[in-house]
Amino acid sequence: MSQALEIEEPNQVASDSKTIFGFWVYIMTDCVLFASLFATYAVLHNNTFGGPSGRQLFSLPFVLTETLILLTSSFSCGLGLLAAHKGEKAKVMAWFGLTFLLGLAFLTLELTEFKHLVSQGDSWRESGFLSAFFTLVGTHGLHIATGLCWMSVMIFQVSRRGLVAANVRRLTLLSMFWHFLDIIWIFIFTIVYLLGVVQP
Amino acid sequence: MNYFGGLLGRLTLQALQHNLVTSVGVIMMSLGIILVVGLMFYFKRWRWLWKNWLTSLDPKKIGVMYIVVAVLMLLRGGADALMMRAQQATSVGAAHGLLSSNQFQQVFSAHGTIMILFAAMGLMFGLINLVLPLQIGARDVAFPFLNATSFWLFAAGAALINISLAIGDFSTAGWLAYPPLSELRYSPGVGVDYWIWSVQITGIGSLLSGINFLVTILKLRCKGMTLMKMPMFVWSVFGSMVLVIFAFPVLTVTLALLFLDRSLGMHFFTAGGGGNAMMYVNLIWAWGHPEVYILILPAFGVFSEIVATFSQKRLFGYRSMVWAIWAITFLSFSVWLHHFFTMGAGADVNAFFGIMTMIIAVPTGVKVFNWLFTMYRGRIRFKTPMLWFMGFIVTFTIGGVAGVLMGVPAIDFQVHNSLFLVAHFHTMIIGGVVFGYFAGLTYWFPKSFGFKLNERLGKYAFWCWLIGFLTAFLPLYILGLMGATRRIDHYDASLGWQGLFIVAAIGVAIIGLGIAFQVLQVAFSIWQRKSNLDLSGDPWNGRTLEWSTSSPAPVYNFAILPEVSDRDPFWATKQSKLVEDAKPNYKPIAMPKNSGLAIMIAGLAFLFGFGAVWHIYWLPAVCLMGIIVCIIVRTTNDHSQYLISADEIQKIEDANATRRQYA
Repeated sequence: MSQALEIEEPNQVASDSKTIFGFWVYIMTDCVLFASLFATYAVLHNNTFGGPSGRQLFSLPFVLTETLILLTSSFSCGLGLLAAHKGEKAKVMAWFGLTFLLGLAFLTLELTEFKHLVSQGDSWRESGFLSAFFTLVGTHGLHIATGLCWMSVMIFQVSRRGLVAANVRRLTLLSMFWHFLDIIWIFIFTIVYLLGVVQP
Repeated sequence: MNYFGGLLGRLTLQALQHNLVTSVGVIMMSLGIILVVGLMFYFKRWRWLWKNWLTSLDPKKIGVMYIVVAVLMLLRGGADALMMRAQQATSVGAAHGLLSSNQFQQVFSAHGTIMILFAAMGLMFGLINLVLPLQIGARDVAFPFLNATSFWLFAAGAALINISLAIGDFSTAGWLAYPPLSELRYSPGVGVDYWIWSVQITGIGSLLSGINFLVTILKLRCKGMTLMKMPMFVWSVFGSMVLVIFAFPVLTVTLALLFLDRSLGMHFFTAGGGGNAMMYVNLIWAWGHPEVYILILPAFGVFSEIVATFSQKRLFGYRSMVWAIWAITFLSFSVWLHHFFTMGAGADVNAFFGIMTMIIAVPTGVKVFNWLFTMYRGRIRFKTPMLWFMGFIVTFTIGGVAGVLMGVPAIDFQVHNSLFLVAHFHTMIIGGVVFGYFAGLTYWFPKSFGFKLNERLGKYAFWCWLIGFLTAFLPLYILGLMGATRRIDHYDASLGWQGLFIVAAIGVAIIGLGIAFQVLQVAFSIWQRKSNLDLSGDPWNGRTLEWSTSSPAPVYNFAILPEVSDRDPFWATKQSKLVEDAKPNYKPIAMPKNSGLAIMIAGLAFLFGFGAVWHIYWLPAVCLMGIIVCIIVRTTNDHSQYLISADEIQKIEDANATRRQYA
């Protein structure tokens, strides 16, 4: 029907703004998803069914460590994106590499907490409260894992093809995703952990 | 529980054993598949199918595929409806009808799920794909590959719900699977899992479509098309997609939580363990109520286009129509509790939701009056789409009044879960959504295929549908008031319901006749297409941009992107009779290349769902890996477009101009 000419994205700016706007809309849907999970947690957080409550289970210093690690990763991710816009490939690799490691550390700590809870017999099967807790925090963890997967692909891409326009756009989306997860975590930290410990 | 026991999970040969009724269904389905595959081999069309359809990223083709799947699902859901009506007409006193209670429960669960999520949603996204890019003067949607993925996920969900007929059973818990009945303890089989995964997979497809079309509307409109110059169909899709974006994540979460309850022993909705079953009912309706507006808004849009075109007049009250759409969009999130006034939330909560329910009827009423005023002093042409519109006005008003009636909590307590409710929502969904999409299909059919549908057979189909619909559902209002509850497979003869149930069954048979006329209409129109050709590209004397291009539209939609300065741009052009530029200067156009990855992702999602249903745990793991690999391959591909040269465009446009001379 026509000759297949290979072309790099025509009309780069329009295409970028479309993709970034689309990604914002996606983030909004993810926001609704987390809002639903927060709502279920709010409904079920007192349904301990004779099992332990958040006050008995959560260790605030541990969660604060997790939080600081994730916040730092958001900062390094931001520096990585700034470097990407300046076209400094080595710095991009370094900052996103650091972000990856911090994210991995966060995920490891989260899984450690889960493992600890399950091993002392407080798994998601115990009560409505624990089901809601594991699902809400676990869904955030799943998002972090997805982000790490994406980040490793991007680091590989940047190392191979450098900071071409498509890669900068993808890094922009990735950092939007990463900051979003940070914000969700702030809510988890406040609503699940802080309020959970404060409540009688 | 043994999660890793056996390579096939809980799938055994027993899953293939069925009784007579299901066997007939399975045999029909298998014969259909064998026939299609046989024809493909006979005519050696596999390559054509793969290159022109299955891998296509063209929304015009994806739209057609949506409609094909949706029509097949409509036939399946229609067969379910026939069985239910036959059962309720005959299963009285000593007689027990054709179906067992268990089967009857599967049939009504499948009917509801299929009709809403696969028939109606499919027709809706099909029409949006066909029309929306053309109406806003765009060449494509914002994310073509995502669009194809959405369609194929929809098709994968449809395949999963149909395979439940042949392998295992379907859910017996109703179309929304309320717990605790849908929990493992009371529904230990695979039925509810089939329901969860088929709805989950198609739901994710719908969510992605919602994002895609929202961005398309906001970012890809042609020059001069400000928001207040958009065609009303585009506005209605805009409202509907906003609802998709806010409602579908709630569905995703709700289904996931039910699955976690069933598979990992969690306690979200269980009767014991600190679960809360009413939370499920709240969550599912926080999606479910917006969902009915997701379906009806685009149907409103279709009618707005049709009534203006066939009255040959500007749409009355454009601005108030836009505000009505946004009022409905906003209010549809504040009425969900009216589905369960009997929950016992208390008088204050019920009063709030009762009042909101009545308020939402106001913008809907505004729209009805605007349509009527559009017809007033118009030169009306009574073509088939216009007949569907007029049928809709009558039935929709009946159903709307019944709905407002049920919005009064005190009345709702009397008719809750009765056939009065069933009659109400069928009046809205058949009389509103289905009539709307049939009208749209007839209206835009020539734009997709280049020839019109036969008018006479279309009118026969319409009258069968309208009369059949009234015969089938008016008795249900009366039965509901007499105390007949929904979902009964047997009742006592002394109740005196049988006469009305028989009338209802006759009504469904008349609708069946209408469907037969529609099948005949399509077949006859294809056969006689030479005499119905739409050479002008504008068969109805239309008003909006989609009629300014050829029928069927070229792959790039518009050789030169249009610029508009009017709400009815094509109408304005025709009125001003401007002579076109002598020789337009075509430039090369970049279009997306085909991609087989979308169908691959959906195929893997289907296997993922199948594995999750049967607890074949290695299969979902493998499929998930496969999907991730597909996504990485696609997102790192920088050469996803090809260029159509200016000469090529010149050739296509010249051919179209020649066609137009014969019009």
